[in-house]
Amino acid sequence: MNDAREEMGIDACLLAGRLMMEAGAETYRVDDTMTRMAASLDMDGADSFTTSTGIIFSPGGQRRVKLTSIRKRATDLEKIARVNAISRSLSSGDVTLEEAYGELKGVERGNFMFPFGLQVLAAAIASASFFVLFGGDWKNMLFAFFAGGIGFVVSEKFHESTRVKFFSEFTGSAVIGLLSLVVVQTGLGSQLDIIIIASVMPLVPGLLITNAIRDLMAGHFMAGISKGAEAFLTAFAIGSGIALILSFQGVGM
Amino acid sequence: MTYVIHGFFSFLASTMFGIIFNSPRNRLLHCGFVGAVGWLGYLASRDLLLDGDAVKASFLGAFTVAVVAHLFSKWYRTPMIIFSVAGIIPLVPGGTAYNTMRNVMEKNYDAATVHAMEVLMISGSIAMGLVFAEVIIQLIFKKRNKA
Repeated sequence: MNDAREEMGIDACLLAGRLMMEAGAETYRVDDTMTRMAASLDMDGADSFTTSTGIIFSPGGQRRVKLTSIRKRATDLEKIARVNAISRSLSSGDVTLEEAYGELKGVERGNFMFPFGLQVLAAAIASASFFVLFGGDWKNMLFAFFAGGIGFVVSEKFHESTRVKFFSEFTGSAVIGLLSLVVVQTGLGSQLDIIIIASVMPLVPGLLITNAIRDLMAGHFMAGISKGAEAFLTAFAIGSGIALILSFQGVGM
Repeated sequence: MTYVIHGFFSFLASTMFGIIFNSPRNRLLHCGFVGAVGWLGYLASRDLLLDGDAVKASFLGAFTVAVVAHLFSKWYRTPMIIFSVAGIIPLVPGGTAYNTMRNVMEKNYDAATVHAMEVLMISGSIAMGLVFAEVIIQLIFKKRNKA
C-alpha cells in the first residue's frame, strides 16, 4: 500500500467515525465500524478511542495516529444508516477505498433531514397522539397539537440562533407551559397537566437516553456517563421551563 | 377498543418521532410498528397482568421494543437504534416526572419523593429491559451461528 492510499484509508476511517458520532450513533458502534474498516484495508493493529467530543484513531504499525474532534451533535438516523452501509460494502469488498471515501464525502456534504415544516407537523401530530395515549379527552386534543408544534418550533429556532441546547429546551417548554396555561385559564380547554406532558414529548432526549444505556452496558463509561448527564440536563431544562410558568400563576391552581 | 385506539396512536406517535429523528424514509413505518408493539406490551401487561404496576410493565415494554428492534436490525442489516429510539419514547415516564416537579414546586416534598422514586424505578426498568433483550438476542444468535 503506498503512502497516499494509506493516508486516504486513515482519513476514510476517521471521517466515517466522525459522521456517525455527529449523527448520534452509539460509541461502541463507532469504534466497531472504524476497526472493521481498518481491518478490511489491511491495517493490522488498528485501534481507536472514542468519546462524545473527539476520536483518536491509531492505524497501527508505523502509520501516523490521527484525531478528529466532534463539535456538533444532532440526531440524524439516516446518516448513521448510510455510513453503516458504506462501511459494510467496503468491508465486503463491493466498493474500492476511493469509491467509499467519495461516498463518505457525499454523506458529509449532504443534507438528508426532512423539511423543517414536516418536522414541525410531525411534532404536532406526535403531541396530539401522546395526548390520547395519556388519557386526554378528544375535545382538548387540538390544544396539545398546537402547543407541541409551537414548542418544537421555538426550541429549534432558539437552538439555531443561540447554539445553547439547554436554553432552547428551557424556552421551548416554557412556551408550551404558557400556551397550555392560557388555554386552560381562559376556559377554552381543560386537562392542563396532560396537555403539558403530551406537548413536551417532542423535546424528550430519546436518543441520548438509549445511547447512554447501551454505551454504559458496552463498557464505554466515559461516553455513557456524559450522554447520561446530557439527557439529565435536558430533562431538567424541560422541567424548569414548565415550573417557571406554573410558578407565576400561583401554584395549586 | 381501547387497545385499537392506543395501538393506532402509538403507531402514529412513533412514526412521527421517526420523522423528527430523521429515520431512513423506507424504515419509518417500522419505527411506528416497534413503538406500537412496545406501548401495547406495556399497556396490556400493566392492566391485565400486573394490577397497574408501571415499573414492571415498563420493563416488559422496553424488552419488547428492544427484541423487535433487534430482529429488524438483523433482518435489514441496519443499526438497531434506528428502530429502538422512536419506540422507547412512549415509555419515558413523562407524567410521573411532571408530577415530581409539580409537587416540588408546591413544597409537597413527601409526595415529590414518592414520584421521584417511581421515575427512578421506571427509568431503571426501561434500561434493564433494553439490556436483557440485547443479551438474550445475542445468546440466541451466537448459538445459531455455531450450530
